[in-house]
Amino acid sequence: MKYDLVVVGGGPAGYVGAIRAAQLGKRVACVEKERAGGTCLNWGCIPTKSLLRNAELYQLLRHRASDLGFRFDNLAFDWSKIIARSRAVSDKLASGVEFLFKKHKIEYIKAPASIPEPGRVAYKATDGKEQTLETESILVATGATSRPLPGLPINGTTVIDSHYAMILDPQPKRLLIIGAGAIGVEFAYFFNAFGTEVTLIEMLPNILPVEDTEISVALERTLAKQGIKIFTNSKVTETSVSKDGVRLTVEAKQKQTLEADCALVAIGVSPVVPGGLSLKLDPKGFIQIDERYQTNVPGIYAAGDIIGPPWLAHVAMWEAIQAVNGIFSTATPKRLKTFPGCTYCQPQVASVGLTERAAKEKGITFKVGKFPFLANGKALAAGEPEGFVKLLISEPYGEIIGAHIISAEATELVAELGLAINLEATHEDLEETIHAHPTLSEAVHEAVGNAFGLAIHI
Amino acid sequence: MPIPIEMPKLSDTMTEGTLLRWVKKVGDSVEVGDVLAEVETDKATMEMEAFDEGTLSEVYVGEGQTVQVGEKLALLLGAGEPKTASTAGKQTETAKQPAPDKKQAQTKPAEPPAAPAPLKITATDSGVRVKASPLARKVAADLGVQLEDLPGSGPGGRIIRDDVLAAHEKQSSDTPQPAKTTAPAMVGQPASQSDVQVPLTGMRRTIAARLLEAKTTIPHFYLQADVDAEPLVQLRQQLNAANESVGLPKYTVNDFLLKATAVAATHVPKANASFAGDAIIQYAAVHLACAVAVDDGLVTPVIRDAHSKTLSQISSEVKDLASKARSKKLKPEQYQGGTLTLSNLGSYGVDQFFAIINPPQSLIVSVGAILRKPVINAAGAIVPGQRIVLGLSCDHRVVDGAIGAQFLAELKRLIETPALMLV
Repeated sequence: MKYDLVVVGGGPAGYVGAIRAAQLGKRVACVEKERAGGTCLNWGCIPTKSLLRNAELYQLLRHRASDLGFRFDNLAFDWSKIIARSRAVSDKLASGVEFLFKKHKIEYIKAPASIPEPGRVAYKATDGKEQTLETESILVATGATSRPLPGLPINGTTVIDSHYAMILDPQPKRLLIIGAGAIGVEFAYFFNAFGTEVTLIEMLPNILPVEDTEISVALERTLAKQGIKIFTNSKVTETSVSKDGVRLTVEAKQKQTLEADCALVAIGVSPVVPGGLSLKLDPKGFIQIDERYQTNVPGIYAAGDIIGPPWLAHVAMWEAIQAVNGIFSTATPKRLKTFPGCTYCQPQVASVGLTERAAKEKGITFKVGKFPFLANGKALAAGEPEGFVKLLISEPYGEIIGAHIISAEATELVAELGLAINLEATHEDLEETIHAHPTLSEAVHEAVGNAFGLAIHI
Repeated sequence: MPIPIEMPKLSDTMTEGTLLRWVKKVGDSVEVGDVLAEVETDKATMEMEAFDEGTLSEVYVGEGQTVQVGEKLALLLGAGEPKTASTAGKQTETAKQPAPDKKQAQTKPAEPPAAPAPLKITATDSGVRVKASPLARKVAADLGVQLEDLPGSGPGGRIIRDDVLAAHEKQSSDTPQPAKTTAPAMVGQPASQSDVQVPLTGMRRTIAARLLEAKTTIPHFYLQADVDAEPLVQLRQQLNAANESVGLPKYTVNDFLLKATAVAATHVPKANASFAGDAIIQYAAVHLACAVAVDDGLVTPVIRDAHSKTLSQISSEVKDLASKARSKKLKPEQYQGGTLTLSNLGSYGVDQFFAIINPPQSLIVSVGAILRKPVINAAGAIVPGQRIVLGLSCDHRVVDGAIGAQFLAELKRLIETPALMLV
């Protein structure tokens, strides 16, 4: 039997690509070495959101209960249960993906796979025998894994990556986090909320370096207030690991030595290239593709983390759909332009489009509209007055080119602006759209007005 | 419920229509099927029928006014229905004050046409709903790019800014563009006071757009053959003499040429075809279009299934179609769907020419007048002869030189041995 498509990898790119191909009436198999759902579902987005929900609730109850009129005399948490809940959420969603495979009659094979030649995917069956799938096309969606810091190998106890961090039991007393991207910041928030002494170390001038600087600075201030020690412009120059802990020498303007039970390395990801024939890679080791998501080998396509940044589940899903649509039609697939980025600490950070830095670098003339949640009725009523919306509005036509939000539920608010950018909406379109009152989304509306001196509540 | 009556879309290419005459007047009662008005489209003058009954209560568009497809023309009230101030008022207002972006489209024949200086073309110039992003619309308005014919690369085929910029760039470079019929660089301007500026009719606009498209996008090539018309002239004389004695109408030379073209197309089916992007459509039937000059342009009524019609059927049908075409009474099915065309300028004394292909067809036969000429006969002597020159314009994407030549040879054979087309 010959497949139309065999997908190697069952993460967001892999399972979504497989389902889309099945929806197009194709005969599809998906080979996954660990568990359907990939990093996102098993060791990334989803389980960490479970942990972070616990953290934000605990943070709220611990620090703001009395403001809200509650009293807890013996507020306590059960660390093992918090971790167990996170795992249970992953289990449930992973089996959900397996159900979707069944529903779409996708052959799901749990085994490590390799691509010996175009049109063939090989894997070791449970009985140990080598099996081969024959297929018209192959989609490589093998993803990426945490990138280790040279000289500081992951040992799972005192030096960990995000994978270990989400099942770390017992809770560390002191934690050093190297890298203040979304993953570093989210774990910093999580452990700090539960009382771990957290130090966040970032080589670049700001935490969340890809975000708009104004947002990064605002978040830095808030996290510092929550008790997280932040070292920016700081480089780890020496490391020493023992059975009980870790010691890092950090160089900024001055040299400092930091000690902790554990160091979390969150400095990015490295590609997971499948075995078999060698595909053309970029200098960083990610698979190179053409405008149809095809690798240098005809009939072999790639999508998701394995084709390079941004390493985001929603981008991977979108790319896989584009790639699969392209494989089975003559339409030219789209390449990534605008995508939202989210960080789930509290307050949350969400953005889409250009940062102010990027817009200036591109030489675009633009207006900035800002609105603080302190002046938003719903935010005050919910007791979440922190943060603001910042919009970049291009001139002369007034299209939205960037949106940056730091606030409660920022990650839910950003969708509207993604749509606005994707549909090339102008400030008039947002202005003329009624935003329900009272909602946090009114702040977006007001930020548009603010750019033209027309915000009502400020 | 008051029922608004809108400008109907009476043909595929119709974007606007001129209300020639109101047959019903305000206050008249209307039955289903009654003719409300006469409307001139790009192709023909048509009667607009009522689909509902009631009383014609308001008329928003005056006679001679051109409006977009979908625009409200009148309001019909049901029996005993009072006209509500709000609806009537609102609609009158809409009609009187067209939305700013439609202003340019509303032609008022009474007013002299404006100077051609402000050629800023708005997005909804022809009333077709265009899927374009708000930004694309603004940029298009600013750069004077017409959105209607642009391919959209955004979500769901939406036209986005980049599409407009690309079109603008193309427009600014010297490549002629089909969508550019009204682009400033190619537009003539009145040079003196005595020059007359005639506003385009719907038909003129369509001819301009279609023929520019045909001539610039179809790779034309041309074949020509000099044909002995004597046998045909003789056959025609015989048949007409016979017909006359029993009071039947006479055949024209054109009738024979139409018949010959239809037969030739069945004998060379590869010539009866269209280019369809990723395929060639070879038609099973021959629907033969015939160019007919009318007052302000030309139309090409279609003789359907011409391959299975006799000379006399073709003759009477083409007479009927031509007279309908001249009085603009053709129905859409009478001028759509042709698979090839014959254009005859013989009656004007033209001895030969090459017509522009009528897309999506890939072949047009152009014939001149039958002329007396000296010819060298089989014995090598110069003798008086009657000759007709056939021109053939072919779309090279569909019809190669050899196929075109085969078709032309077949046509020549049929004309020179005209009995063959009758069997």
